[in-house]
Amino acid sequence: MLQLWLIPVLPLVGFLLNGLLGRRLSKPVVNVIACGSVLLSFLWVLKSLNALGVFSGGLEEAYKEHYFTWIQSGMLNISVDFAVDRLTAVMLMIVTGIGFLIHVYATGYMAHEGGYYRFFAYLNLFMFFMLVLVLGANFLLLFIGWEGVGLCSYLLIGFYFLEKFATDAANKAFIVNRIGDFGFSLAVFLVVIHFGTLDFTAVFEKVNAMPVESAAGWMTAISLLLLVGATGKSAQIPLYVWLPDAMAGPTPVSALIHAATMVTAGVYMVARSAPIFLHSAHALDIVAIVGLATAFFAATIGLAQTDIKKVYAYSTVSQLGYMFVGLGVGAFSAGIFHVMTHAFFKALLFLGAGSVIHACSGEQDMRFMGGLRKYTPITMYTLAAATLAIAGFPGLSGAASKDLILEAAYEHAPWMYWVGVVTAGMTAFYVGRAFCMTFFGEYRGKPAAKAHGHGHDDHAHGHGTPHESPASMWIPLVVLAVLSLAGHRFFPIPAFLEPIFPLHEGEPEHWLEYVATAFGLGGLALAYLFYVVSPGLPDSIASTFRGPYRLIYNKYFVDELYDSAVITPTIEGSRALLWRVVDARGIDGLVNGVGTTARGVGAVLRRMQSGSIRSYAAWVVLGSIAIVAYIGFRGGVL
Amino acid sequence: MPVSFPAGVEYLRILPEIILTLAGVLIMLLEAVWSDQRRTVFAPISLAALAAALWAAMASSYGPAFSSMLAIGGSATFFRALVIVVGLLAVLASSEYLTRERANGAEYYALILFSVVGQCVMVAANDLLMVFVGLEIASIASYVLAGYLRDDPRNNEAALKYFLLGSFATAFLLYGVAWMYGLTGSTNLSIIREVLLSSGAPSLGLTGVAAALIFVGLAFKISAAPFQIWAPDVYQGAPAPVSAFLSAGPKAAAFAVLVIFMVHFGATAEQLQPVLWACALASMVIGNFAAIQQSNIKRLLAYSSIAHAGYVLVAVTANSEIGAAAVMFYMAAYALTNIGAFAVVTHVARKGERFVSMSDFAGLSRRQPAMAAMLALFLLSLIGVPLTGGFFGKFYIFKAALDSHLVWLTVLGLLNSAVAAYYYLRVLVLMYFHEPGEGAEELPAAGASLQIAVYACAIGTLVLGILPDWVLDYASKAALK
Repeated sequence: MLQLWLIPVLPLVGFLLNGLLGRRLSKPVVNVIACGSVLLSFLWVLKSLNALGVFSGGLEEAYKEHYFTWIQSGMLNISVDFAVDRLTAVMLMIVTGIGFLIHVYATGYMAHEGGYYRFFAYLNLFMFFMLVLVLGANFLLLFIGWEGVGLCSYLLIGFYFLEKFATDAANKAFIVNRIGDFGFSLAVFLVVIHFGTLDFTAVFEKVNAMPVESAAGWMTAISLLLLVGATGKSAQIPLYVWLPDAMAGPTPVSALIHAATMVTAGVYMVARSAPIFLHSAHALDIVAIVGLATAFFAATIGLAQTDIKKVYAYSTVSQLGYMFVGLGVGAFSAGIFHVMTHAFFKALLFLGAGSVIHACSGEQDMRFMGGLRKYTPITMYTLAAATLAIAGFPGLSGAASKDLILEAAYEHAPWMYWVGVVTAGMTAFYVGRAFCMTFFGEYRGKPAAKAHGHGHDDHAHGHGTPHESPASMWIPLVVLAVLSLAGHRFFPIPAFLEPIFPLHEGEPEHWLEYVATAFGLGGLALAYLFYVVSPGLPDSIASTFRGPYRLIYNKYFVDELYDSAVITPTIEGSRALLWRVVDARGIDGLVNGVGTTARGVGAVLRRMQSGSIRSYAAWVVLGSIAIVAYIGFRGGVL
Repeated sequence: MPVSFPAGVEYLRILPEIILTLAGVLIMLLEAVWSDQRRTVFAPISLAALAAALWAAMASSYGPAFSSMLAIGGSATFFRALVIVVGLLAVLASSEYLTRERANGAEYYALILFSVVGQCVMVAANDLLMVFVGLEIASIASYVLAGYLRDDPRNNEAALKYFLLGSFATAFLLYGVAWMYGLTGSTNLSIIREVLLSSGAPSLGLTGVAAALIFVGLAFKISAAPFQIWAPDVYQGAPAPVSAFLSAGPKAAAFAVLVIFMVHFGATAEQLQPVLWACALASMVIGNFAAIQQSNIKRLLAYSSIAHAGYVLVAVTANSEIGAAAVMFYMAAYALTNIGAFAVVTHVARKGERFVSMSDFAGLSRRQPAMAAMLALFLLSLIGVPLTGGFFGKFYIFKAALDSHLVWLTVLGLLNSAVAAYYYLRVLVLMYFHEPGEGAEELPAAGASLQIAVYACAIGTLVLGILPDWVLDYASKAALK
């Protein structure tokens, strides 16, 4: 036994200590507990993986630890098992490794915030659930982790709860995810009904014994429902709307939960369920198309955003889309590879953005930044590394994984490749734009800038000029920068995952890579041209193409569409229809109606005469007649 | 029929009812002879009686009692224990309220005990007449409880509505019993079952009508649509601890009877399936969508309880052993969760129940973090988040439904539970993400017994969510009986 359970339990202990005692502990102690528990967990991951021979070519078969039988009844047998295979190993490294770096960063970033211990308690609780999600050896444990990370994400988005929109964003995230969970839980039910178990090994064994579905059947239904769950958690069309708003949370949360780990849970879940998806060609096609559409649309929205975190948020949605393209075209290992490289560079982008926001005393609008290269050199160089990596600069981590996905897409259907390449060009443009607007030119913020309008990353502590961040913040940046540049060389994921997801045969055509690189470099060059060489150009283009610009600036009005198509009808419908018909007296009729003038029995009798009890009785009679008559007719009595 | 006196063991089988009745009578007598200072003992007496009854119920041997009027089996034992526990928790949750309102009367405790007796008789009934007698004992006591504060117009209104509509619905049940007797020549469920299975069974159409009439009476008690109309007014108007009691005990008992009927009526019960299907769906939809609009927390919980009745009806519709086990599990989880939630509401409402608007919960996490955390746990369980009893409750219900090929009902039910998250979340948001309102009145610390009730409910909710086996195992075996 390797005691894998320690991996999630260590952060859980951190959560309990900080959550229960944190109020009385000093900040350094809270830091040590929060970061220390994650560090220990990371070390335990390394130790376990080493013992399993991961670093020396071992772990070809999954390793499983059985702890106890959780539920044993005629209906269902579920045990608490943790399993590690190579896919889990990759996820464990990402979650604990990046998680630790972001915890360290957060100690610097959150230093001036209220509710310090509460923040770290939630963060540790998140780590616990995320690790349960990754380690769980059956669908139920996966689902528990899945719901748990959602809950923590909700708590952390709403962390700045004094801001109304932070609360709204938290609500939106939770409710949109409930819709996703509806699909996921239905899928879990179908699995248990169809296979009689939820254990991954047992389910996939039975799946593999079945023929591939050519027409829609069980496998397609389960796959598509799982996909609904994945679109919620991993912010894909049509459920992506919560993620950009989720940036209302503190920046380390955006980096950890809404970029590097939780949002990739959907990708992990689809990859984990690969045997089921591989049995339904339709489902895989839909995964690819959903991913591609999301990648493209989110990238276009990213072109016009001015809030630096919003740019990166849409970029995350778009990059998650790429991962789904990878999964959908059958290149599962490329998709997971991109999960890892994306975790490096996107965590870095967010942490860098946090550092920039920190430097500008809470400003998030890039129009009020500029010229920061003089003040924050470390942040600039590290962000440059991340920007180049995501733009697909040749030889860097982002290019390595993205090219693999694009090549697989080309093999699947060339048009997918071309859409992907255009998206890559746009990606390069908007990250380049963000970089140029932040670091080049002159500083455009007010000298004594107090925290500006948005204020959700409120860092107003009165510095006049921008300043570099403390060491606890820039050291993680440097580590992540190194990983963004060369992480793919240390961790060649596709080869590593070969026992689970076989690699494609045959040599890919080289021109595919060159074209993708050209688009990436072109995007960067265009951004430099627009925002450094001739800064007037973007405005004139925006005014020439006013219509399309407004459309993407306003995110295609999707939020407004959902509002008017789903939310308002639900609320209004429940008000108008049900409320009037079912609950005629309304919300507070009872309390207001009585007690003002008349008292006691008199009031009750008056109400009776006003008809409320009579109408209630009428309901009972009508209902009874309907039921009895129905049964009577059906049985031929009446 | 020759007169035969019950054997000794048969008395033992109804020991819980005997204990509770004697304790209730004793409390009424003591009230008459004791001075006001000694009123504080009524609660301990009731608790002791309930605890003894719980032990007696758990220890009881299986078998018929009193000429097969009652039959103690796995399901009866499960539900008797459940309704007694509900009584225990209700008494614990009430004492703060009664002290606060200066209404610490013996009759309150006696009425709770009598209502529990009625519920015990219902769930152990093996005869249509016993079902009716039990239902009446339970109901009449709860009508009075709903109007416990005589001078409070809200209480009065709640009690009157509950009483008038309740008697009305019971009339349907009685009429159904009469039909069934006319058709089969007996009120004994075992005999009815034999007759219905025999070759000379009356036509399904006729027995179906009888079963439909009986169902109407029970549907009223479980506040299933279209008979839910009374619930919001009554739960809102009645004292909060009484609402807690009403939403758990009588409901569990009525569901137990419904399950008994489904088992005994065989093919006749299958006739009812489309009706159950429609009532389940309507309850979920009406409960959840109407709850979205509420601003009064008691009314919100009332609509939520209608929706939950809908979920349980899904399991009844499945009409299988798994479905029966799911009903038991869900009712246990729901009873603990809901009593806990109402207990916190009782506490926050303060004297005269002036603070029952949702906005009164703003910033509760700052003022009383423990109470807020407990209410949060209960709300998460009502949403059905994993590691709470509510999650496994829904899990088993929808699994049972899918096993019986109720695919659409499952899909619609799961969609409903997604919608439901919205209104529970509003309370959570208020408690955790809002500051206490301006002029928020000082909230005194919760009384010891209320705290015990809340924590017991919380522990129960978590145990059912983390170790569902214990209860589920028992429920599955009981359902196989």
